[in-house]
Amino acid sequence: MTEVSSVDLNSKIPNNVGLSDDPKLRRALEKWLPEYLEWWNDMGPSDFYDKPVFLRTAVSVTSDGWAHYDYVKLPEYRWGIFLAPPKGPLTIKCGDDAGKPAWTEIPGEHRNALRRIIVTQADTEPASVEQQRMLGHMAPSLYDLRNLFQVNVEEGRHLWAMVYLLHKYFGRDGRDEAEELLQRRSGDPDKPRILGAFNQPCDHWLSFYAFTMFTDRDGKYQLAALSESGFAPLALSTQFMLTEEAHHLFVGETGLDRIIRRSAELEREDPNGDVRAQGGIDFDLIQRTINYWYSYSLDLFGGEISNNASDFFASGLKGRYREDKFEDHKAIAGTYRLPVVENGRLVEKDVPLRHAMNEVLRDAYVADCERALRKWNRTLEQMGSSTRLYLPSRRFHRHQGIYAGHYFDPQGNLITEEEFERNRHKWLLTPADNDYLLSIMKPVYEPGKFANWIAPPKRGIEGKPIDFEYVKMHD
Amino acid sequence: MDQPSATTATTTFDPVDFETDPTRYRHFRVAYDGSVATVTMDVDPNACIRPGYELKLNSYDLGVDIELADIVRRMRFEHPEVRVVVITSGNERVFCAGANINMLGSSSHAWKVNFCKFTNETRCEIEDATEHSGQIYVAACNGTTAGGGYELALACKEIYLQDDGNSAVSLPEVPLLGVLPGTGGLTRLTDKRKVRRDLADVFCTTAEGVRGKKAVKWRLVDAVFPRSKFDEKVRERAKALAEAAAEGLPGGTRRPVELPPLAPEVTEKSRTYRHVTLTWDDEARLAHLTVRGPTRDDVAVLEKGGDALLDAGADLWALRAFRELDDALLHLRLNHMNVGLVLVRAEGDAQTIVDHDTALAKNRDHWFGREVILHMARVLRRYDNTSRSFFAMGDAGTAFAGCLFELALGADRFYLLDDPDHPVKVALSELSFGALPMHHGMTRLAAHFHGEPDKLEALAGDTSPKDPEEADEAGLVTVLLDDIDWEDDTRVAIEERLSLSPDALTGMEQNLRFPGPETMESKIYARLSAWQNWIFIRPNATGPQGALSLYGRPERPQFDWQRV
Repeated sequence: MTEVSSVDLNSKIPNNVGLSDDPKLRRALEKWLPEYLEWWNDMGPSDFYDKPVFLRTAVSVTSDGWAHYDYVKLPEYRWGIFLAPPKGPLTIKCGDDAGKPAWTEIPGEHRNALRRIIVTQADTEPASVEQQRMLGHMAPSLYDLRNLFQVNVEEGRHLWAMVYLLHKYFGRDGRDEAEELLQRRSGDPDKPRILGAFNQPCDHWLSFYAFTMFTDRDGKYQLAALSESGFAPLALSTQFMLTEEAHHLFVGETGLDRIIRRSAELEREDPNGDVRAQGGIDFDLIQRTINYWYSYSLDLFGGEISNNASDFFASGLKGRYREDKFEDHKAIAGTYRLPVVENGRLVEKDVPLRHAMNEVLRDAYVADCERALRKWNRTLEQMGSSTRLYLPSRRFHRHQGIYAGHYFDPQGNLITEEEFERNRHKWLLTPADNDYLLSIMKPVYEPGKFANWIAPPKRGIEGKPIDFEYVKMHD
Repeated sequence: MDQPSATTATTTFDPVDFETDPTRYRHFRVAYDGSVATVTMDVDPNACIRPGYELKLNSYDLGVDIELADIVRRMRFEHPEVRVVVITSGNERVFCAGANINMLGSSSHAWKVNFCKFTNETRCEIEDATEHSGQIYVAACNGTTAGGGYELALACKEIYLQDDGNSAVSLPEVPLLGVLPGTGGLTRLTDKRKVRRDLADVFCTTAEGVRGKKAVKWRLVDAVFPRSKFDEKVRERAKALAEAAAEGLPGGTRRPVELPPLAPEVTEKSRTYRHVTLTWDDEARLAHLTVRGPTRDDVAVLEKGGDALLDAGADLWALRAFRELDDALLHLRLNHMNVGLVLVRAEGDAQTIVDHDTALAKNRDHWFGREVILHMARVLRRYDNTSRSFFAMGDAGTAFAGCLFELALGADRFYLLDDPDHPVKVALSELSFGALPMHHGMTRLAAHFHGEPDKLEALAGDTSPKDPEEADEAGLVTVLLDDIDWEDDTRVAIEERLSLSPDALTGMEQNLRFPGPETMESKIYARLSAWQNWIFIRPNATGPQGALSLYGRPERPQFDWQRV
């Protein structure tokens, strides 16, 4: 594994960060690359490593370079390192130093905070690959299989992007952290991934779509907030990652939309309107899945009232979603009103705006999710179904922040633990749900064919038809 | 979070009650399994001792530490079968996040200092139990172990950390709050765990701390165990330690001695216990502390020894009187901050006290006898550490002898009456020569004669009660006064003392009380606490732009960069 020479490395790693001229960085990556490949072999979708997959590879940051399509075998995928080209002089976007020139090197005083931000973001990337590694065996179509792998390799590339920052800017600590990123394992009780949602099992495709819809969407908002960072390499790196993240969200949002569409069809076809009788996924189960993944994903934004969030904003390390749309980039004076539990009741409370920065970001996320819900409900309407799906309250089923440790129903009313537990099976995914989903999710590997429980997409990838052989299962 | 404005010392809160018992714990669970006890910290966020903050993430305030101190004390008396005490957390992610920062930020300077002193004393008690009582404390850090949380672990003999990729030990006070890890953290890092001082420098400036193998390599913890094996590994280690600790213990039936409430009679001006009375005049800033010595019956119990001691249990004079003294001192510290001078009297018969101490010392190979003496020593160290002027007043009816003569030696001055009509005796006892060490390791007698070793030598083993003149001759008295001078001279001395700056007096007394060398324990108070208390009043910590003041607020601290 260690025979990778530096010359090889340059051709293997498409980049626009001057890798060939940076011996220190090259040395670090040379050591890390074999370990990464070992991880990819152990924890990636390795059962499919001999199959050519029609994948997008970023080979440069120009408009034709970042979306280069071809058949690739997964072990041969070229993970690149790219920074978005800066648009004009970079400045610190928020906090006390807003407007001053951005840092091109790590400011010592913010080093630890930045490392923590980067490591936390980086840790999510390999985690999702681990969570999804067995899904290929029950893919509803080659189209979906290809999308799964596209998501997987790009999560891998995002890990590269973050490891690049750790290697380039954080010295020995950064190298140690980069190694640990390959040692933690999703769901491992001894070496869990840092954040809760990334340790939840993603056993089937309903969860996969919900994960890419809700959990990856958290990733989008985190990356967007980091793309406002005063630390220029982080801002530029995450800007480029956002372009790829958009595809993951597309997979999730349209995947769920296709399931909803199909379920509505099956509801119409069944004499009793019983979706399950037709081998489909009933709406209650879809709603429970939404409740489950949406609530875990809300946790990822962190505490509603957070010193860290305040510090990160104040020191210009992490901004808001589209910081340039705000007028006041210091946000020192304002307050944010939110309901908190006090003496067993919900009361409105004003907190300093900076402390509510996680909540401000969560607001943007919630609005985006609501938009997707409206879209799905339009699908239901078009299909003639009377069912409407909804997002549960952001207080429901939380494990982080001020609502953790309290119990709420999906409408956000404070209830007792006993009441919550009594209704848990109605509100959240149950083991029986998983059993049922696994029973209907048999792989469909024939081009143009789709599993019974999901509708085909409206169009294929990169102008290819839907029955295109996106993954060559039989070479 | 909304920050309450800083409260002053003259609040209208209820006085702090330092007594508690297991039925009243809000923050801890204690489980006993043979020779291993497990103390699980699971702080109730809403059960704060003062309003204005929430005890999140297993953070603590004085109320939490009062429970911990109670657990440590009761463990020695009520659970003598216990050899190993495992401290762990009931919180899913956090072992302990240390002292509650919002509490510190919103407290007066005096409250902060007293809180820190009390928590320091509790941690020293943990070490004292480990070292002298064969009750070994082990920290099972099953989550984030930050600041005071790590300092609590440092007070334990061994520290085990969960290796889950997240759980770290840290002392983030300097980088995060602009103050020190003031509960012994800095001192124990270098002096106890022998962490290399340059690595300690890196550790103490890295807010997120150190985890996993590096924590072991740097000697910050003894071992790391994976999460799935953590409980089992800690249990194994505790069992092995308990077996080893069972060797060479003092004898005696290990029958528990329960500690009932002291239930003093309390008025607006006094607390009257069985053997101790504390009265105060907040306006005059003066208090009187009187301890009544043992009787012949008390001596008889000790002379019978063994089971007779256990039968007497918490009623044993030496235990009861010193528990009461301890409680009185704590009340003085927290609930009567304006009192500057305490006039201490020891009443009784000198020969009886000497005999009492002789009989008690004979029981030092009985576990309970030993615990009683160790407890006396700890209370006397609390006395040494109390930032009030103490004048021991040896007037008519007093008997500063043996263990109670320590109150005179520990005081800042000892006034003795020389009046043939009211003869007063002073005596050393078997306990004067090493059984009741100060926290810098010396006896009070040796500290007293630090510059006069010949006088110390002359008194070696001498337990005969002395007349005032003999005592003065031996160098045991600060001022010897006859009955004509007594009243005027002591009145003037008291008035003079009360006129001096309380801050300067605190500093002066703490310097003069501890001549001679330092130990780790004394360094914690003399060096670490002293620096901490200075930093606590500096604008960089507690000014309007200070790091501690602004923690939890949207603004970032602004430092005055001048090095002082």
